Amino acid sequence: MTRLARYSPYFLALPFALVFLAFFVVPLVLVVVVSFWDYTEYSIIPDFILTNYAEMFEGCLARLPDLCTTFATYLSTLKFVVLTWFFCLIIGFAVAYYLAFCVSSLHMQIVLFLICTIPFWTSNVIRMISWIPLLGRNGLVNEGLISAGLIEEPIEWLLYSSFSVTIAFVHLYALFMVVPIFNSMMRIDRSLIEAAYDGGANGWKTLTNVIIPLSKPGIVIGSIFVITIVMGDFLTVGVMGGQQIASVGKIIQVEMSYLQFPAAAANAVVLLMLTLLIIVAMTRIVDIRKEL
Amino acid sequence: MTRSTLSRRDMLKATTAGVAATGFVAYAPAIHAAETKTLRYLGTAVNQSAEIAEKVKEDLGITIEYIPVTTDEVTKRIVTQPNSFDVVDSEYFSLKKLMPSGNLLGMDANRIKQFDNITPAFTKGEIAGKKIGDQGTAPKKVLYLEGQYSTTFSEEPTEWITLIPTVYNADTLGIRPDLIGRPISKWSELLNPEFKGKASILNIPSIGIMDAAMVVESMGEYEYPDKGNMTKKEIDMTMGILTEAKKNGQFRAFWSDFNESVNLMASGEVVIQSMWSPAITAVRSQGIECVYQPLDEGYRAWAAGFGLPKTITEEKSDLAYEFINWFLSGWAGAFLNRQGYYSAVLPTAQANMESYEWDYWMLGKPAAQDILSPSGQKLAGVGEVRDGGSYEERMGSVECWNAVMDENRYMVRKWNEFIAA
Repeated sequence: MTRLARYSPYFLALPFALVFLAFFVVPLVLVVVVSFWDYTEYSIIPDFILTNYAEMFEGCLARLPDLCTTFATYLSTLKFVVLTWFFCLIIGFAVAYYLAFCVSSLHMQIVLFLICTIPFWTSNVIRMISWIPLLGRNGLVNEGLISAGLIEEPIEWLLYSSFSVTIAFVHLYALFMVVPIFNSMMRIDRSLIEAAYDGGANGWKTLTNVIIPLSKPGIVIGSIFVITIVMGDFLTVGVMGGQQIASVGKIIQVEMSYLQFPAAAANAVVLLMLTLLIIVAMTRIVDIRKEL
Repeated sequence: MTRSTLSRRDMLKATTAGVAATGFVAYAPAIHAAETKTLRYLGTAVNQSAEIAEKVKEDLGITIEYIPVTTDEVTKRIVTQPNSFDVVDSEYFSLKKLMPSGNLLGMDANRIKQFDNITPAFTKGEIAGKKIGDQGTAPKKVLYLEGQYSTTFSEEPTEWITLIPTVYNADTLGIRPDLIGRPISKWSELLNPEFKGKASILNIPSIGIMDAAMVVESMGEYEYPDKGNMTKKEIDMTMGILTEAKKNGQFRAFWSDFNESVNLMASGEVVIQSMWSPAITAVRSQGIECVYQPLDEGYRAWAAGFGLPKTITEEKSDLAYEFINWFLSGWAGAFLNRQGYYSAVLPTAQANMESYEWDYWMLGKPAAQDILSPSGQKLAGVGEVRDGGSYEERMGSVECWNAVMDENRYMVRKWNEFIAA
């Protein structure tokens, strides 16, 4: 092997590595650097101070058991992460299972899969906002229930509540769960399922012992999509929660609009750390690289 | 992480030479505007009507390129990218943040033909010879500079002006009279438990806290020395009252975009809330009753004006003065008055309005004919009177102005806490 040939994989990887460096690594490093800077109303000052982090966690220990802003915000964000992840997983798994195993022709599978993606032809915001006339005080659901005589007063918690935020998240992001799980399921060797049946396993046993373990990479990848999106979201929480529910993203946005970039950077760093921790924990459970 | 990446770009631009030298600052290529006279106009959508741009083109041959962004974004652009616009339309309350950055140029009052006719609300803080409320960042406090390149305000009138005033208004609460069914006359009604789950306040900290302060004073809880410049203790107290109301379920939602306030009101989710004048018009144009309710304690006012970036060229600066002089010469003023705002130079606007329009919008008289918006929508029928009455009644009852506080950093943190509560 010549010298050049030995290095050729590195040369091939170089363009992407450079793009990655310029548009991901460098900005990220700058965010971390700026999070230690000082700032005024109209400028940011190179420095090394911990004030931005200190202000973020101000009173967090002293006020316990009452939650400080940061803890309360992260707790509320984590609640949405868990709820959204759970419902997306159930729905995503069911849809993928149906597509992969209950639909027999490949042709039909492709058609049905494409149908799943149709809602994604419209924008995120439109899909989200379309819930408002449905769930509002004078919305379709309330009017329907009232005219059916089931309730007398409109239900207030349908809109601008944790309920509406969760429903919008699940609606928006379930497909991110469907696609990787479906992909994993399609790779499962059908003879394994036949073997399970031949070995005397019933449908449930086949599902828990064969299909779920082999779909794990898809489940983990889908979960990473859903969790990272929900962790950083502020638009959905804002619109569907009537801006009454805090989200880390919203705090960062407010700080940025007041030119408090270092404070926003500090918040972004903490958010990134937490998200990375979750992802690391998940990849510990399943080694995606091995399974792919 | 995309958002953080974007902010990095802005951050770079906000910093001093060291970081800027890395070469990330993209300068726009020099364009020779010999044949086409263009002005890049940075501002919020309020003043950026297509009709105004068309008329400018017709009268002066100048092409206006609008750069429409939010109020906060205007501030950010001036501080971080002063070379990305030729003329800026900003709010006065931002000036406390803008001038120290040194990115805005003092404007020469001698080159503004109508300068002496600018309403005394700006120059002296008076309406019809009567002093009006000046708590917060009242325009007269930040109108004058010590010199053209000065970054500090002058208390005495000088010839160097921060922003040439264009438009201003007095804000109050919007209500749905059909759903409330009784008269409303106090700011404290916003937190009245009668409207539990049907109230809203705007989620823009620097304006929301002023509305909150009006409510707190109206409830008789506290009398602020200056609502527009609270101490930490006053901020804590104000946010405490808001937080308690929020925990009791007083608010249906908060809004930060003008359209959100329209939807909240039109759908009946909310019956009383902080609102801006064009939002009331938008609700009404859907055939829904909505009143911009004058309140006993007075109004919270705001004002905007034109400024020039210090990077502007001689040539562009001449165009900008030409455009600003045109803006104050009447046509645009009449256009703004017909939207329910007020123009800075009233005599020239009056000359461009029909007398029945002037009577309705400015004198508070019943409409003698149907009142139409500039785009031809009917806003009021014969006999109707403008909410709050005449110019002198409305602007004369201004209590405070939108502001940036000395404790702004603390206030923003407390506001985030309130949202999370």
